[in-house]
Amino acid sequence: MRLRLGLLAASMVGVVAAAAPSFAQKQGGTLRMPHRENPPSASILEESTISVVQPFMSVFNNLVVFDPNEKANSPDHIVPDLAETWSWSDDKTKLTFKLRQGVKWHDGQPFTAKDVKCTFDAVAGLDEKSELLRKSPRKIWYINLKEVSTNGDYEVTFTLGRPQASFLSMLASGYSPIYSCHVAGRQMRTKPIGTGPFKVTEFKRNEAIKLVRNPDYWKKGHPYLDAIEWKIVPNRATRMLGFQSNEFDMTFDSDVTFPLLKDVKAQSPDAVCEARPTNVNSNILINRDSPPFNNPELRRALVDAIDIHAFSEILSQGHDLDGAAMLPPPYGKWGMPKEMLASLPGHSTDIEKSRAEGRKIMEKLGYSADKPLKIKVATRNIAIYRDPAVILIDQLKKVHIDAELDPIDSSVWYNKIAKKDYQIGMNLTGVSVDDPDVNFYENFYSKSERNYTGYNNPDVDKLIDQQSAEPDLEKRRKLVWEIEKKLAEDVARPVIGHNVANTCWSPKLKGVKLQVNSIYNSWRFEDYWLDK
Amino acid sequence: MGAYLVRRLSLMAVTLVGMSILIFVLLRLVPGNVADILVDATGNDDPKEKARIVHELGLDRPIAEQYWQWIDGLAHGDLGYAYVSERPAIEEIAPRIPISAKLAGLAIFFAVLFGVPLGVISAVRQNTKLDYILRVVSLSGLSFPSFWLGLLVLMAAVQWFGKIPIYDSDAHGFVAQVKMLILPAITVGFRSSALIMRLTRSSMLEVLRQDYVRTARSKGASNASVNYDHALRNALLPVVTVIGIEAAFLVGGLIVTETVFNIPGVARFLVEAIRWRDYPIVQNLTMLIAIIVVTMNFLVDMAYVALDPRIKFAG
Repeated sequence: MRLRLGLLAASMVGVVAAAAPSFAQKQGGTLRMPHRENPPSASILEESTISVVQPFMSVFNNLVVFDPNEKANSPDHIVPDLAETWSWSDDKTKLTFKLRQGVKWHDGQPFTAKDVKCTFDAVAGLDEKSELLRKSPRKIWYINLKEVSTNGDYEVTFTLGRPQASFLSMLASGYSPIYSCHVAGRQMRTKPIGTGPFKVTEFKRNEAIKLVRNPDYWKKGHPYLDAIEWKIVPNRATRMLGFQSNEFDMTFDSDVTFPLLKDVKAQSPDAVCEARPTNVNSNILINRDSPPFNNPELRRALVDAIDIHAFSEILSQGHDLDGAAMLPPPYGKWGMPKEMLASLPGHSTDIEKSRAEGRKIMEKLGYSADKPLKIKVATRNIAIYRDPAVILIDQLKKVHIDAELDPIDSSVWYNKIAKKDYQIGMNLTGVSVDDPDVNFYENFYSKSERNYTGYNNPDVDKLIDQQSAEPDLEKRRKLVWEIEKKLAEDVARPVIGHNVANTCWSPKLKGVKLQVNSIYNSWRFEDYWLDK
Repeated sequence: MGAYLVRRLSLMAVTLVGMSILIFVLLRLVPGNVADILVDATGNDDPKEKARIVHELGLDRPIAEQYWQWIDGLAHGDLGYAYVSERPAIEEIAPRIPISAKLAGLAIFFAVLFGVPLGVISAVRQNTKLDYILRVVSLSGLSFPSFWLGLLVLMAAVQWFGKIPIYDSDAHGFVAQVKMLILPAITVGFRSSALIMRLTRSSMLEVLRQDYVRTARSKGASNASVNYDHALRNALLPVVTVIGIEAAFLVGGLIVTETVFNIPGVARFLVEAIRWRDYPIVQNLTMLIAIIVVTMNFLVDMAYVALDPRIKFAG
């Protein structure tokens, strides 16, 4: 049976659009945005940071996208983009897209199925000779992709090794734009061309990114804005002052912490501010291959010391969410229920009891208050990493662990972790799609290059493959919870909180819709308009 | 004088060659290279990807060969390719120099404009209320951290004027440029003016106690004539040295001010380039700063001749 999901989705969008009140969107104006840092490049496929996705997603299109009108990214709300329709083969291993015709790249060349093929051949590493990308950090997403084939200029088929329900969600991510075959990789990193609503006119490092409206955009009437200008402002205080003094129409995504929110609202009472989970979690990296944490008992004692609520209170005035590996409900679609979570190590509500158990383990291993275990907690030398590390150090004292902060320069952080040159690390992990395949394959699958702690549990690998292939949603959800439980019991990157932060914008900026379960997939800007 | 100039210029050349070797070697002693950072920044650990980038950028060639290529390129005006932006390094560096130079120039202008006269006033009114006030102001200038002062200035701007000067490369014309740079220049200039004020004061006090000043007074010269014609000219020698060093420092050392006021100048760019181990940018920019410092020192020495006719440079 071939499901015509695309047609169904397209017709639903049509119904919604027809039912929606008519907005008096105004054409024109320049959206002024601050950027928190110099993006490493403009090539979304080669980077893993919101610093690249947020300014450059609007230059591109995907085959499909998460419905921008929905508050949560969900496989049930995927809508056509460069693909008009799609269908699965009966055995669910072939996904065929019919592509939109008449779409042009920003340089006037026609978009064809060849562009889709060369993009995914490069991303998945299927074409070793491809020079489109010099790195592909999400190669692991496509571990199940065997071939991309074209049938004429407007049909493309993805052949999978086995059924994979999440495949379409990955294609809908802001991290899955379609690149053009005829443009060199270097240009895609410096001044990319796409088919999207905005064209890049300037990317000046340390200074600005300027985008202008694509007059030939295939979605007629869009975008509403004439231009978007990003100013690179690395100092957060300056960014906030810029927003308060109306130099910017919006803050950088999730840039406004809860203490800062008070200042912003005091200076700009009209500002619209929205708090939402970022799907970035703070977690602890444990070097389980070297002493002392190659001892599972010691790892268990470490998580027994953690008081997640204290972290949340100090870091976000209690707004951060308690969860395991997946974003917890109600925002997350896959995270385990609260009552199940409370039974996991490190998530106990009776913190004194779990700390007493932790001390017992430590005393059995020969440590005490007078003779504590001395360790170092490594972390990137950035406030958002250092702050939780300092709290962790304080909490570890409760189980006879005397830790010292080891701040590491950002540029050598992953290198140090990959070389296992650490004992404990405080880390942040961003999950770009609220989806178990994306999270588990990237961070916990033994063959993943992004599994930089080198966690390797064949049972977990098997379960990850099993849930990925499971078509029944409820059965799959139970498998996901089982994996979360195993990861927690294995003390593989214990999660200390899912971050929640604010984004603010001027009341004159309309059409903003932020998603609650990812910060990475909603930056097309084609529906934004300025009421000036 | 001619022989002195030749000797001095030769010494400058030797200093710069030594600097180039030091810069080149020190940069490579820092752990990690651009390939490590480009790949690691994505949370990926793929040695194949790293090796590909290392080869593509020529980082796998012998160090001596890389050094020679850089020096040979410099001699031919080719600064190489920036690793991260993948553009000619000259195109990345050149537009930033005028930005920092303008800011440094304006800051030095404010510093001299306020520092020298206030230093003189403080000296001639030694131990009066005005002297005490000026000494407190100058001490504050030296003690306030520039990031703190910069943020205070920005907050005050938001409070009083409802806006802050965000750098705009499209702002053309003298007035627009001054408007954009005046607050950061004053913030930087405050520290430099404090330094100049204190130095002018102590130098003036020393000179005012000299015999020839007493002689001038006994001959009936007016206070203004004694202070400005006789004393100040001699007191300025150490001040000029400091102004020269400050000017050179300001071109490359404004990292905090450029960050707080968001000015895309040389210093912020240099720090960013060091973070990415973008060797062509760091090497050439550091070399440029070294050239500016060496040249400023030379010009300061030359200025001594103009300021003090007693000074003659021998070969």
